[in-house]
Amino acid sequence: MSTTVAKDVNELFNPEVRSEIDRWIAKYPPEWKQSAVMAALRIVQDDNGGWLTTELMNDVAAYLDMPAIAVYEVATFYSMYELKPVGKHKICVCTNVSCMISKADNIVEHLEKRLGISFGEVTEDGRYSLKEVECLGACGGAPMMQIGQQYYENLTPEIVDAILEGLE
Amino acid sequence: MANEVCLRTLDLERPWLLEQYQSRGGYEMLKKVLTEKTPPDQIIEEVKKSGLRGRGGAGFPTGLKWSFITRNAPGQKYVVCNSDEGEPGTFKDRDILRYNPHQLIEGMVLAGYAIGATRGYNYIRGEFWEPYERFEQALEEAREAGYLGENLLGSGFDFELHAHLGAGAYICGEETALLESIEGKKGQPRYKPPFPAHFGLYGCPTIINNTESLASIPMILEKGGEWFSDIGVKNSGGSKLFSISGNINNPGVFEIPMGTPFSQLLEMAGGMKDGRQIKAVIPGGSSAPVIPGDQMMELTMDYDAIAGAGSMLGSGAVVVLDDTNCMVKVLDRMSYFYHEESCGQCTPCREGTGWLYRVVHRIETGQGRQEDLDLLDDVAGKISGKTICALGDAAAMPVQGMLRHFRDEFQYHIDHKRCMVGAG
Repeated sequence: MSTTVAKDVNELFNPEVRSEIDRWIAKYPPEWKQSAVMAALRIVQDDNGGWLTTELMNDVAAYLDMPAIAVYEVATFYSMYELKPVGKHKICVCTNVSCMISKADNIVEHLEKRLGISFGEVTEDGRYSLKEVECLGACGGAPMMQIGQQYYENLTPEIVDAILEGLE
Repeated sequence: MANEVCLRTLDLERPWLLEQYQSRGGYEMLKKVLTEKTPPDQIIEEVKKSGLRGRGGAGFPTGLKWSFITRNAPGQKYVVCNSDEGEPGTFKDRDILRYNPHQLIEGMVLAGYAIGATRGYNYIRGEFWEPYERFEQALEEAREAGYLGENLLGSGFDFELHAHLGAGAYICGEETALLESIEGKKGQPRYKPPFPAHFGLYGCPTIINNTESLASIPMILEKGGEWFSDIGVKNSGGSKLFSISGNINNPGVFEIPMGTPFSQLLEMAGGMKDGRQIKAVIPGGSSAPVIPGDQMMELTMDYDAIAGAGSMLGSGAVVVLDDTNCMVKVLDRMSYFYHEESCGQCTPCREGTGWLYRVVHRIETGQGRQEDLDLLDDVAGKISGKTICALGDAAAMPVQGMLRHFRDEFQYHIDHKRCMVGAG
Protein backbone atom coordinates (compact mmCIF):
# COMPACT_ATOMS: atom_id res chain seq x y z
CA MET A 1 0.00 0.00 0.00
CA SER A 2 1.32 3.36 -0.93
CA THR A 3 1.20 5.91 1.82
CA THR A 4 1.62 8.84 -0.52
CA VAL A 5 -0.74 11.63 0.32
CA ALA A 6 -2.35 13.15 -2.75
CA LYS A 7 -0.85 16.58 -3.33
CA ASP A 8 -2.86 19.68 -3.95
CA VAL A 9 -2.42 20.34 -7.66
CA ASN A 10 -2.20 24.06 -7.07
CA GLU A 11 0.75 23.57 -4.76
CA LEU A 12 2.82 21.61 -7.27
CA PHE A 13 6.04 23.21 -8.53
CA ASN A 14 7.22 26.72 -7.79
CA PRO A 15 5.23 29.70 -9.10
CA GLU A 16 7.62 30.38 -12.02
CA VAL A 17 7.47 26.79 -13.23
CA ARG A 18 3.70 26.76 -12.81
CA SER A 19 3.16 29.93 -14.76
CA GLU A 20 5.46 28.73 -17.54
CA ILE A 21 3.54 25.45 -17.81
CA ASP A 22 0.27 27.39 -17.76
CA ARG A 23 1.50 29.51 -20.67
CA TRP A 24 1.90 26.29 -22.67
CA ILE A 25 -1.45 24.83 -21.58
CA ALA A 26 -3.11 27.98 -22.94
CA LYS A 27 -1.81 27.20 -26.44
CA TYR A 28 -4.03 24.13 -26.79
CA PRO A 29 -7.78 23.48 -26.65
CA PRO A 30 -9.00 23.37 -23.00
CA GLU A 31 -9.81 19.66 -23.22
CA TRP A 32 -6.26 18.91 -24.46
CA LYS A 33 -4.10 19.89 -21.49
CA GLN A 34 -2.09 16.77 -22.28
CA SER A 35 -0.64 18.61 -25.29
CA ALA A 36 1.46 20.60 -22.84
CA VAL A 37 3.18 17.49 -21.44
CA MET A 38 6.31 17.83 -23.58
CA ALA A 39 6.79 21.43 -22.55
CA ALA A 40 5.97 20.68 -18.91
CA LEU A 41 8.57 17.92 -18.75
CA ARG A 42 11.19 20.19 -20.28
CA ILE A 43 10.38 23.00 -17.87
CA VAL A 44 10.52 20.87 -14.72
CA GLN A 45 13.64 19.12 -16.01
CA ASP A 46 15.41 22.46 -16.48
CA ASP A 47 14.28 23.52 -13.03
CA ASN A 48 15.66 20.31 -11.53
CA GLY A 49 19.20 20.63 -12.84
CA GLY A 50 18.59 18.83 -16.12
CA TRP A 51 16.90 15.56 -15.22
CA LEU A 52 13.55 14.07 -14.30
CA THR A 53 12.69 12.08 -11.20
CA THR A 54 9.70 9.75 -10.96
CA GLU A 55 8.21 12.16 -8.46
CA LEU A 56 8.47 15.05 -10.90
CA MET A 57 6.87 12.95 -13.65
CA ASN A 58 4.06 12.05 -11.28
CA ASP A 59 3.59 15.71 -10.45
CA VAL A 60 3.40 16.59 -14.16
CA ALA A 61 0.80 13.84 -14.56
CA ALA A 62 -1.28 15.24 -11.70
CA TYR A 63 -0.95 18.79 -12.94
CA LEU A 64 -2.07 17.90 -16.46
CA ASP A 65 -4.68 15.39 -15.36
CA MET A 66 -2.95 12.51 -17.11
CA PRO A 67 -2.26 8.93 -16.03
CA ALA A 68 1.32 8.73 -14.75
CA ILE A 69 2.11 5.96 -17.24
CA ALA A 70 1.26 8.29 -20.14
CA VAL A 71 3.83 10.77 -18.83
CA TYR A 72 6.47 8.03 -18.39
CA GLU A 73 5.84 6.98 -22.00
CA VAL A 74 6.59 10.47 -23.24
CA ALA A 75 9.58 10.93 -20.94
CA THR A 76 11.17 7.69 -22.12
CA PHE A 77 10.36 8.09 -25.83
CA TYR A 78 12.01 11.44 -26.54
CA SER A 79 15.78 11.70 -26.35
CA MET A 80 15.99 15.15 -24.74
CA TYR A 81 14.53 14.00 -21.43
CA GLU A 82 17.03 12.67 -18.91
CA LEU A 83 16.05 10.08 -16.33
CA LYS A 84 19.42 10.13 -14.58
CA PRO A 85 21.46 13.09 -13.31
CA VAL A 86 23.47 14.93 -15.95
CA GLY A 87 26.25 17.46 -15.71
CA LYS A 88 25.63 21.14 -15.16
CA HIS A 89 26.68 21.42 -18.79
CA LYS A 90 25.25 18.65 -20.96
CA ILE A 91 27.48 18.44 -24.01
CA CYS A 92 25.68 16.83 -26.95
CA VAL A 93 27.93 15.89 -29.85
CA CYS A 94 26.53 14.94 -33.25
CA THR A 95 28.26 11.97 -34.86
CA ASN A 96 25.88 11.46 -37.78
CA VAL A 97 27.12 11.30 -41.37
CA SER A 98 27.93 14.93 -42.22
CA CYS A 99 29.64 15.42 -38.87
CA MET A 100 31.34 12.03 -39.03
CA ILE A 101 32.98 12.76 -42.38
CA SER A 102 33.96 16.18 -41.02
CA LYS A 103 36.00 14.52 -38.28
CA ALA A 104 33.51 14.51 -35.40
CA ASP A 105 35.54 11.56 -34.08
CA ASN A 106 38.39 13.94 -33.26
CA ILE A 107 36.03 16.18 -31.32
CA VAL A 108 34.63 13.24 -29.36
CA GLU A 109 38.10 11.93 -28.60
CA HIS A 110 39.26 15.36 -27.49
CA LEU A 111 36.27 15.85 -25.19
CA GLU A 112 36.63 12.37 -23.71
CA LYS A 113 40.29 12.93 -23.00
CA ARG A 114 39.84 16.41 -21.58
CA LEU A 115 36.89 15.54 -19.37
CA GLY A 116 37.91 11.98 -18.55
CA ILE A 117 34.48 10.60 -19.34
CA SER A 118 32.76 8.76 -22.19
CA PHE A 119 29.32 9.17 -23.73
CA GLY A 120 26.60 8.72 -21.13
CA GLU A 121 28.85 9.70 -18.21
CA VAL A 122 29.12 12.67 -15.86
CA THR A 123 32.36 14.18 -14.54
CA GLU A 124 32.97 13.57 -10.85
CA ASP A 125 32.46 17.23 -9.97
CA GLY A 126 29.08 17.11 -11.76
CA ARG A 127 30.13 19.89 -14.09
CA TYR A 128 29.94 18.12 -17.45
CA SER A 129 28.22 15.19 -19.08
CA LEU A 130 28.72 13.87 -22.58
CA LYS A 131 25.98 12.63 -24.87
CA GLU A 132 26.08 11.29 -28.42
CA VAL A 133 23.21 12.72 -30.45
CA GLU A 134 21.75 12.20 -33.88
CA CYS A 135 21.71 14.86 -36.61
CA LEU A 136 20.84 18.25 -35.08
CA GLY A 137 20.20 19.91 -38.43
CA ALA A 138 23.30 22.08 -38.59
CA CYS A 139 25.35 20.00 -41.06
CA GLY A 140 26.64 23.12 -42.80
CA GLY A 141 28.64 23.77 -39.64
CA ALA A 142 29.88 20.22 -39.13
CA PRO A 143 31.30 19.05 -36.84
CA MET A 144 28.97 20.54 -34.25
CA MET A 145 27.73 20.15 -30.71
CA GLN A 146 25.03 21.57 -28.49
CA ILE A 147 25.50 22.70 -24.89
CA GLY A 148 22.33 23.78 -23.18
CA GLN A 149 20.30 25.68 -25.74
CA GLN A 150 23.30 26.80 -27.74
CA TYR A 151 24.69 25.31 -30.97
CA TYR A 152 28.45 25.41 -31.56
CA GLU A 153 29.58 24.77 -35.12
CA ASN A 154 32.73 24.28 -37.21
CA LEU A 155 34.50 22.75 -34.22
CA THR A 156 38.17 22.01 -33.82
CA PRO A 157 39.78 20.76 -30.60
CA GLU A 158 41.07 24.30 -29.99
CA ILE A 159 37.62 25.81 -30.45
CA VAL A 160 36.16 23.20 -28.09
CA ASP A 161 38.72 24.19 -25.45
CA ALA A 162 37.82 27.85 -25.80
CA ILE A 163 34.10 27.07 -25.51
CA LEU A 164 34.57 24.97 -22.37
CA GLU A 165 36.73 27.62 -20.78
CA GLY A 166 34.05 30.21 -21.46
CA LEU A 167 31.33 28.25 -19.65
CA GLU A 168 30.20 29.29 -16.19
CA MET B 1 18.50 33.30 -60.06
CA ALA B 2 19.01 32.56 -56.40
CA ASN B 3 17.16 33.44 -53.19
CA GLU B 4 13.92 34.38 -54.97
CA VAL B 5 11.40 32.80 -52.61
CA CYS B 6 12.08 31.69 -49.03
CA LEU B 7 15.44 33.41 -48.64
CA ARG B 8 14.52 36.62 -50.46
CA THR B 9 15.11 38.79 -47.39
CA LEU B 10 18.45 37.24 -46.49
CA ASP B 11 20.44 40.25 -47.67
CA LEU B 12 18.68 42.56 -45.21
CA GLU B 13 20.02 43.37 -41.79
CA ARG B 14 18.10 41.48 -39.10
CA PRO B 15 15.75 40.09 -41.75
CA TRP B 16 13.63 38.31 -39.12
CA LEU B 17 12.05 41.56 -37.93
CA LEU B 18 8.54 42.49 -39.05
CA GLU B 19 9.55 45.89 -40.41
CA GLN B 20 12.25 44.29 -42.53
CA TYR B 21 9.86 41.70 -43.93
CA GLN B 22 7.35 44.43 -44.69
CA SER B 23 10.02 46.49 -46.44
CA ARG B 24 10.01 43.73 -49.07
CA GLY B 25 6.25 43.66 -49.39
CA GLY B 26 5.70 41.18 -46.58
CA TYR B 27 2.05 40.58 -45.51
CA GLU B 28 0.82 42.52 -48.58
CA MET B 29 -0.54 39.30 -50.05
CA LEU B 30 -2.42 38.49 -46.87
CA LYS B 31 -3.89 42.01 -46.80
CA LYS B 32 -4.95 41.70 -50.44
CA VAL B 33 -6.59 38.30 -49.93
CA LEU B 34 -8.42 39.47 -46.81
CA THR B 35 -9.67 42.78 -48.23
CA GLU B 36 -10.61 41.43 -51.65
CA LYS B 37 -12.03 38.27 -50.09
CA THR B 38 -10.28 36.16 -52.71
CA PRO B 39 -12.22 32.92 -53.23
CA PRO B 40 -10.29 30.15 -51.41
CA ASP B 41 -10.59 27.85 -54.43
CA GLN B 42 -8.70 30.40 -56.46
CA ILE B 43 -5.81 30.22 -53.98
CA ILE B 44 -5.73 26.44 -54.09
CA GLU B 45 -5.79 26.55 -57.91
CA GLU B 46 -2.83 28.92 -57.93
CA VAL B 47 -0.86 26.64 -55.61
CA LYS B 48 -1.69 23.67 -57.86
CA LYS B 49 -0.56 25.64 -60.90
CA SER B 50 2.76 26.44 -59.18
CA GLY B 51 3.79 22.81 -59.21
CA LEU B 52 4.93 23.16 -55.58
CA ARG B 53 5.62 19.72 -54.11
CA GLY B 54 6.13 18.94 -50.44
CA ARG B 55 9.57 20.18 -49.51
CA GLY B 56 9.95 17.97 -46.45
CA GLY B 57 10.95 15.04 -48.61
CA ALA B 58 7.87 13.23 -49.86
CA GLY B 59 7.29 15.61 -52.77
CA PHE B 60 3.50 15.34 -52.67
CA PRO B 61 1.78 18.19 -54.58
CA THR B 62 0.86 20.83 -52.00
CA GLY B 63 -2.20 22.20 -53.82
CA LEU B 64 -3.64 18.71 -54.21
CA LYS B 65 -3.13 18.04 -50.50
CA TRP B 66 -5.07 21.20 -49.66
CA SER B 67 -7.93 20.22 -51.95
CA PHE B 68 -8.55 17.06 -49.89
CA ILE B 69 -10.05 19.21 -47.12
CA THR B 70 -13.80 19.75 -47.19
CA ARG B 71 -13.72 23.46 -46.43
CA ASN B 72 -17.37 23.86 -45.59
CA ALA B 73 -17.60 20.91 -43.24
CA PRO B 74 -18.52 22.12 -39.75
CA GLY B 75 -16.04 22.06 -36.88
CA GLN B 76 -12.47 23.03 -36.21
CA LYS B 77 -9.76 22.54 -38.83
CA TYR B 78 -6.01 22.93 -38.42
CA VAL B 79 -2.93 23.98 -40.35
CA VAL B 80 0.20 22.32 -39.03
CA CYS B 81 3.71 23.17 -40.08
CA ASN B 82 6.38 20.51 -39.90
CA SER B 83 9.58 22.18 -38.70
CA ASP B 84 10.83 18.96 -37.13
CA GLU B 85 13.82 19.07 -39.42
CA GLY B 86 15.71 15.85 -38.70
CA GLU B 87 16.56 14.01 -41.91
CA PRO B 88 20.35 13.73 -41.60
CA GLY B 89 21.99 16.27 -43.88
CA THR B 90 19.05 18.71 -43.84
CA PHE B 91 19.42 22.19 -42.34
CA LYS B 92 17.31 24.52 -44.48
CA ASP B 93 14.16 25.00 -42.39
CA ARG B 94 16.37 26.17 -39.55
CA ASP B 95 17.40 29.08 -41.78
CA ILE B 96 13.81 29.91 -42.72
CA LEU B 97 12.87 29.98 -39.03
CA ARG B 98 15.89 32.07 -38.11
CA TYR B 99 15.91 34.51 -41.00
CA ASN B 100 12.42 34.68 -42.49
CA PRO B 101 9.89 33.55 -39.86
CA HIS B 102 7.28 36.10 -40.95
CA GLN B 103 7.02 34.63 -44.43
CA LEU B 104 6.24 31.26 -42.85
CA ILE B 105 3.60 32.89 -40.65
CA GLU B 106 2.04 34.65 -43.65
CA GLY B 107 2.06 31.37 -45.56
CA MET B 108 0.34 29.56 -42.70
CA VAL B 109 -2.39 32.20 -42.37
CA LEU B 110 -2.99 32.05 -46.12
CA ALA B 111 -3.14 28.26 -45.95
CA GLY B 112 -5.67 28.55 -43.13
CA TYR B 113 -7.76 30.93 -45.20
CA ALA B 114 -7.62 28.57 -48.18
CA ILE B 115 -8.79 25.48 -46.31
CA GLY B 116 -11.05 27.19 -43.78
CA ALA B 117 -8.86 26.57 -40.72
CA THR B 118 -8.68 29.07 -37.88
CA ARG B 119 -5.92 27.50 -35.81
CA GLY B 120 -2.39 26.43 -36.55
CA TYR B 121 0.67 24.94 -34.89
CA ASN B 122 4.27 25.01 -35.97
CA TYR B 123 6.06 21.90 -34.68
CA ILE B 124 9.70 22.90 -34.17
CA ARG B 125 12.26 20.28 -33.18
CA GLY B 126 13.26 20.60 -29.54
CA GLU B 127 16.95 21.23 -30.18
CA PHE B 128 16.15 24.31 -32.32
CA TRP B 129 16.01 26.75 -29.42
CA GLU B 130 17.31 29.82 -31.28
CA PRO B 131 14.96 29.25 -34.27
CA TYR B 132 12.09 28.66 -31.82
CA GLU B 133 12.74 31.96 -30.06
CA ARG B 134 12.92 33.80 -33.37
CA PHE B 135 9.61 32.26 -34.37
CA GLU B 136 7.97 33.14 -31.04
CA GLN B 137 9.19 36.70 -31.38
CA ALA B 138 7.76 36.88 -34.89
CA LEU B 139 4.42 35.52 -33.64
CA GLU B 140 4.35 38.28 -31.07
CA GLU B 141 5.02 40.95 -33.69
CA ALA B 142 2.43 39.50 -36.06
CA ARG B 143 -0.20 39.39 -33.31
CA GLU B 144 0.42 43.02 -32.41
CA ALA B 145 0.22 44.06 -36.06
CA GLY B 146 -3.14 42.30 -36.42
CA TYR B 147 -1.95 39.51 -38.74
CA LEU B 148 -2.84 36.88 -36.14
CA GLY B 149 -5.80 36.68 -33.81
CA GLU B 150 -9.47 37.44 -34.28
CA ASN B 151 -11.09 39.25 -37.16
CA LEU B 152 -7.85 39.82 -39.08
CA LEU B 153 -7.74 43.32 -40.55
CA GLY B 154 -11.50 43.56 -40.13
CA SER B 155 -12.14 40.71 -42.55
CA GLY B 156 -14.09 38.50 -40.18
CA PHE B 157 -11.45 35.77 -40.62
CA ASP B 158 -9.75 34.50 -37.43
CA PHE B 159 -6.42 32.72 -37.27
CA GLU B 160 -4.42 31.83 -34.17
CA LEU B 161 -0.98 30.27 -34.43
CA HIS B 162 1.33 28.71 -31.84
CA ALA B 163 4.70 27.01 -31.74
CA HIS B 164 5.01 23.49 -30.34
CA LEU B 165 8.46 22.26 -29.34
CA GLY B 166 9.55 18.67 -29.90
CA ALA B 167 11.95 16.85 -27.61
CA GLY B 168 14.21 14.75 -29.79
CA ALA B 169 12.67 12.09 -32.03
CA TYR B 170 13.35 11.75 -35.77
CA ILE B 171 10.08 9.89 -36.24
CA CYS B 172 8.07 13.03 -35.40
CA GLY B 173 8.95 14.34 -38.85
CA GLU B 174 6.44 11.74 -40.08
CA GLU B 175 3.20 13.67 -40.27
CA THR B 176 0.94 11.46 -38.18
CA ALA B 177 3.64 10.87 -35.55
CA LEU B 178 3.95 14.63 -35.38
CA LEU B 179 0.22 14.93 -34.71
CA GLU B 180 0.44 12.32 -31.95
CA SER B 181 3.30 14.31 -30.48
CA ILE B 182 1.30 17.56 -30.42
CA GLU B 183 -1.42 15.59 -28.65
CA GLY B 184 1.10 14.86 -25.90
CA LYS B 185 1.87 11.25 -26.75
CA LYS B 186 4.77 9.14 -27.96
CA GLY B 187 5.42 9.97 -31.59
CA GLN B 188 4.21 6.74 -33.17
CA PRO B 189 2.75 7.02 -36.68
CA ARG B 190 -0.92 6.30 -37.30
CA TYR B 191 -2.38 3.98 -39.88
CA LYS B 192 -3.47 5.79 -43.03
CA PRO B 193 -6.27 6.02 -44.08
CA PRO B 194 -7.83 7.95 -42.56
CA PHE B 195 -5.52 10.69 -43.81
CA PRO B 196 -4.98 13.87 -41.77
CA ALA B 197 -7.20 15.82 -44.20
CA HIS B 198 -10.11 13.86 -42.69
CA PHE B 199 -8.83 12.83 -39.28
CA GLY B 200 -5.84 14.87 -38.19
CA LEU B 201 -4.95 16.87 -35.09
CA TYR B 202 -7.42 16.16 -32.26
CA GLY B 203 -9.39 14.16 -34.81
CA CYS B 204 -10.11 17.26 -36.90
CA PRO B 205 -9.39 17.86 -40.60
CA THR B 206 -5.77 18.99 -40.82
CA ILE B 207 -3.20 19.85 -43.45
CA ILE B 208 0.45 19.34 -42.61
CA ASN B 209 3.11 20.92 -44.76
CA ASN B 210 6.82 21.43 -44.46
CA THR B 211 8.25 24.81 -43.42
CA GLU B 212 9.70 25.54 -46.85
CA SER B 213 6.43 24.61 -48.58
CA LEU B 214 4.38 26.97 -46.43
CA ALA B 215 6.95 29.77 -46.59
CA SER B 216 6.75 29.58 -50.41
CA ILE B 217 3.01 30.37 -50.48
CA PRO B 218 3.10 34.19 -50.20
CA MET B 219 5.42 34.53 -53.21
CA ILE B 220 3.44 31.99 -55.24
CA LEU B 221 0.27 34.02 -54.69
CA GLU B 222 1.98 37.36 -55.24
CA LYS B 223 3.72 36.49 -58.48
CA GLY B 224 1.45 33.71 -59.67
CA GLY B 225 1.64 29.93 -59.85
CA GLU B 226 2.99 30.07 -63.36
CA TRP B 227 5.86 32.33 -62.34
CA PHE B 228 6.87 29.84 -59.66
CA SER B 229 6.45 26.84 -61.90
CA ASP B 230 8.57 28.46 -64.63
CA ILE B 231 11.52 28.91 -62.27
CA GLY B 232 11.89 25.14 -62.22
CA VAL B 233 11.50 22.35 -64.73
CA LYS B 234 8.77 19.86 -65.70
CA ASN B 235 7.34 18.07 -62.64
CA SER B 236 9.60 20.12 -60.37
CA GLY B 237 8.17 23.59 -60.13
CA GLY B 238 9.93 26.47 -58.44
CA SER B 239 13.19 26.92 -56.70
CA LYS B 240 14.31 24.79 -53.79
CA LEU B 241 16.51 25.15 -50.76
CA PHE B 242 19.41 22.72 -50.98
CA SER B 243 21.39 21.98 -47.82
CA ILE B 244 24.80 20.89 -49.01
CA SER B 245 27.39 19.51 -46.62
CA GLY B 246 30.28 17.06 -46.45
CA ASN B 247 33.78 17.21 -47.91
CA ILE B 248 33.33 20.57 -49.62
CA ASN B 249 34.77 24.05 -49.12
CA ASN B 250 31.65 26.10 -48.57
CA PRO B 251 28.78 24.07 -47.11
CA GLY B 252 25.49 25.86 -46.63
CA VAL B 253 21.94 26.45 -47.83
CA PHE B 254 21.39 27.53 -51.43
CA GLU B 255 18.03 28.48 -52.85
CA ILE B 256 18.28 27.77 -56.57
CA PRO B 257 15.94 26.73 -59.39
CA MET B 258 14.90 23.11 -59.60
CA GLY B 259 16.76 21.54 -62.48
CA THR B 260 20.07 23.28 -61.72
CA PRO B 261 22.96 20.97 -62.64
CA PHE B 262 24.52 19.35 -59.58
CA SER B 263 27.93 20.45 -60.87
CA GLN B 264 26.80 24.07 -60.52
CA LEU B 265 25.55 23.52 -56.98
CA LEU B 266 28.87 21.93 -56.09
CA GLU B 267 30.66 24.94 -57.55
CA MET B 268 28.49 27.31 -55.49
CA ALA B 269 29.46 25.25 -52.47
CA GLY B 270 33.12 25.92 -53.18
CA GLY B 271 33.96 22.59 -54.81
CA MET B 272 35.70 19.64 -53.24
CA LYS B 273 37.83 20.24 -50.17
CA ASP B 274 41.60 19.88 -50.46
CA GLY B 275 41.21 19.17 -54.19
CA ARG B 276 40.03 15.62 -53.48
CA GLN B 277 38.02 13.51 -55.90
CA ILE B 278 34.28 13.25 -55.51
CA LYS B 279 33.39 9.67 -54.66
CA ALA B 280 29.67 9.68 -53.98
CA VAL B 281 26.71 11.89 -53.19
CA ILE B 282 23.70 11.28 -51.00
CA PRO B 283 21.32 13.56 -52.89
CA GLY B 284 18.27 13.93 -50.65
CA GLY B 285 18.98 13.22 -47.01
CA SER B 286 20.39 10.02 -45.58
CA SER B 287 17.34 7.97 -46.60
CA ALA B 288 18.08 8.63 -50.27
CA PRO B 289 20.18 5.92 -51.94
CA VAL B 290 23.75 6.99 -52.66
CA ILE B 291 24.78 7.95 -56.20
CA PRO B 292 28.39 7.55 -57.44
CA GLY B 293 30.16 10.90 -57.90
CA ASP B 294 30.81 10.68 -61.65
CA GLN B 295 27.17 9.84 -62.31
CA MET B 296 26.03 12.66 -60.02
CA MET B 297 28.14 15.20 -61.92
CA GLU B 298 25.90 14.57 -64.95
CA LEU B 299 22.59 15.01 -63.11
CA THR B 300 20.34 17.97 -62.49
CA MET B 301 18.73 18.72 -59.12
CA ASP B 302 15.06 17.90 -59.69
CA TYR B 303 12.67 15.10 -58.77
CA ASP B 304 12.75 13.26 -62.11
CA ALA B 305 16.49 13.41 -62.71
CA ILE B 306 17.38 12.09 -59.26
CA ALA B 307 14.63 9.45 -59.38
CA GLY B 308 15.92 8.40 -62.79
CA ALA B 309 19.27 7.63 -61.18
CA GLY B 310 17.56 5.33 -58.67
CA SER B 311 17.50 7.74 -55.76
CA MET B 312 15.32 10.61 -54.59
CA LEU B 313 15.50 14.37 -54.18
CA GLY B 314 13.93 14.06 -50.73
CA SER B 315 14.45 17.14 -48.58
CA GLY B 316 17.18 18.49 -50.85
CA ALA B 317 19.90 17.54 -48.39
CA VAL B 318 23.03 16.86 -50.39
CA VAL B 319 25.90 15.12 -48.62
CA VAL B 320 29.09 15.07 -50.69
CA LEU B 321 31.67 12.36 -49.96
CA ASP B 322 35.25 12.39 -51.19
CA ASP B 323 37.48 9.44 -51.99
CA THR B 324 38.90 9.18 -48.47
CA ASN B 325 35.59 7.84 -47.15
CA CYS B 326 34.94 4.18 -46.53
CA MET B 327 31.40 3.47 -47.65
CA VAL B 328 31.04 0.63 -45.14
CA LYS B 329 31.73 3.05 -42.32
CA VAL B 330 29.26 5.56 -43.77
CA LEU B 331 26.53 2.93 -43.99
CA ASP B 332 27.40 1.65 -40.52
CA ARG B 333 26.64 5.10 -39.08
CA MET B 334 23.47 5.52 -41.08
CA SER B 335 22.15 2.10 -40.11
CA TYR B 336 22.82 2.88 -36.46
CA PHE B 337 20.72 6.02 -36.85
CA TYR B 338 17.64 4.22 -38.20
CA HIS B 339 17.94 1.54 -35.53
CA GLU B 340 18.12 4.27 -32.86
CA GLU B 341 15.17 6.15 -34.28
CA SER B 342 12.75 3.32 -35.11
CA CYS B 343 9.71 4.01 -32.93
CA GLY B 344 9.31 0.32 -32.19
CA GLN B 345 5.74 -0.01 -33.37
CA CYS B 346 6.10 -2.31 -36.41
CA THR B 347 8.06 -5.54 -36.08
CA PRO B 348 9.79 -5.45 -39.51
CA CYS B 349 11.26 -2.02 -38.73
CA ARG B 350 11.96 -2.47 -35.02
CA GLU B 351 13.72 -5.81 -35.53
CA GLY B 352 14.92 -5.25 -39.10
CA THR B 353 16.76 -2.00 -38.42
CA GLY B 354 18.61 -3.82 -35.62
CA TRP B 355 19.54 -6.61 -38.01
CA LEU B 356 20.75 -4.16 -40.64
CA TYR B 357 22.87 -2.28 -38.13
CA ARG B 358 24.39 -5.37 -36.52
CA VAL B 359 25.29 -6.96 -39.85
CA VAL B 360 26.76 -3.77 -41.36
CA HIS B 361 28.61 -3.14 -38.11
CA ARG B 362 30.21 -6.56 -38.06
CA ILE B 363 31.35 -6.10 -41.65
CA GLU B 364 32.80 -2.71 -40.73
CA THR B 365 34.65 -4.17 -37.75
CA GLY B 366 36.14 -7.07 -39.69
CA GLN B 367 33.72 -9.74 -38.47
CA GLY B 368 31.75 -9.98 -41.71
CA ARG B 369 30.69 -13.34 -43.11
CA GLN B 370 30.48 -14.37 -46.75
CA GLU B 371 26.69 -14.65 -46.64
CA ASP B 372 26.23 -11.19 -45.08
CA LEU B 373 25.71 -9.23 -48.29
CA ASP B 374 22.84 -11.49 -49.34
CA LEU B 375 21.51 -11.30 -45.80
CA LEU B 376 21.49 -7.49 -45.95
CA ASP B 377 19.61 -7.56 -49.26
CA ASP B 378 17.16 -10.03 -47.79
CA VAL B 379 16.50 -8.10 -44.57
CA ALA B 380 16.21 -4.76 -46.40
CA GLY B 381 13.69 -6.33 -48.77
CA LYS B 382 11.68 -7.67 -45.86
CA ILE B 383 11.36 -4.24 -44.24
CA SER B 384 10.47 -2.28 -47.37
CA GLY B 385 6.77 -1.65 -47.78
CA LYS B 386 5.85 -3.71 -44.71
CA THR B 387 5.52 -0.98 -42.11
CA ILE B 388 2.99 1.69 -41.14
CA CYS B 389 5.25 4.59 -42.06
CA ALA B 390 8.22 5.19 -44.33
CA LEU B 391 10.96 4.93 -41.68
CA GLY B 392 11.38 1.26 -42.54
CA ASP B 393 11.89 2.09 -46.21
CA ALA B 394 14.18 4.94 -45.21
CA ALA B 395 16.37 2.43 -43.37
CA ALA B 396 16.34 -0.12 -46.19
CA MET B 397 16.97 2.19 -49.15
CA PRO B 398 20.47 3.38 -48.20
CA VAL B 399 21.53 -0.23 -47.64
CA GLN B 400 20.24 -1.26 -51.04
CA GLY B 401 21.85 1.78 -52.66
CA MET B 402 25.25 1.12 -51.10
CA LEU B 403 25.22 -2.54 -52.12
CA ARG B 404 24.18 -1.59 -55.65
CA HIS B 405 27.05 0.84 -56.19
CA PHE B 406 29.77 -0.09 -53.72
CA ARG B 407 29.37 -3.84 -53.26
CA ASP B 408 33.06 -4.37 -53.93
CA GLU B 409 34.01 -2.30 -50.86
CA PHE B 410 31.77 -4.44 -48.66
CA GLN B 411 33.16 -7.61 -50.21
CA TYR B 412 36.71 -6.35 -49.61
CA HIS B 413 35.89 -5.73 -45.95
CA ILE B 414 34.61 -9.27 -45.60
CA ASP B 415 37.56 -10.82 -47.45
CA HIS B 416 40.38 -8.77 -45.90
CA LYS B 417 38.82 -7.72 -42.58
CA ARG B 418 39.82 -4.15 -43.29
CA CYS B 419 39.08 -1.12 -45.40
CA MET B 420 39.62 -0.89 -49.12
CA VAL B 421 40.07 2.87 -48.82
CA GLY B 422 43.66 3.69 -48.01
CA ALA B 423 44.56 -0.03 -48.22
CA GLY B 424 46.87 0.79 -51.14
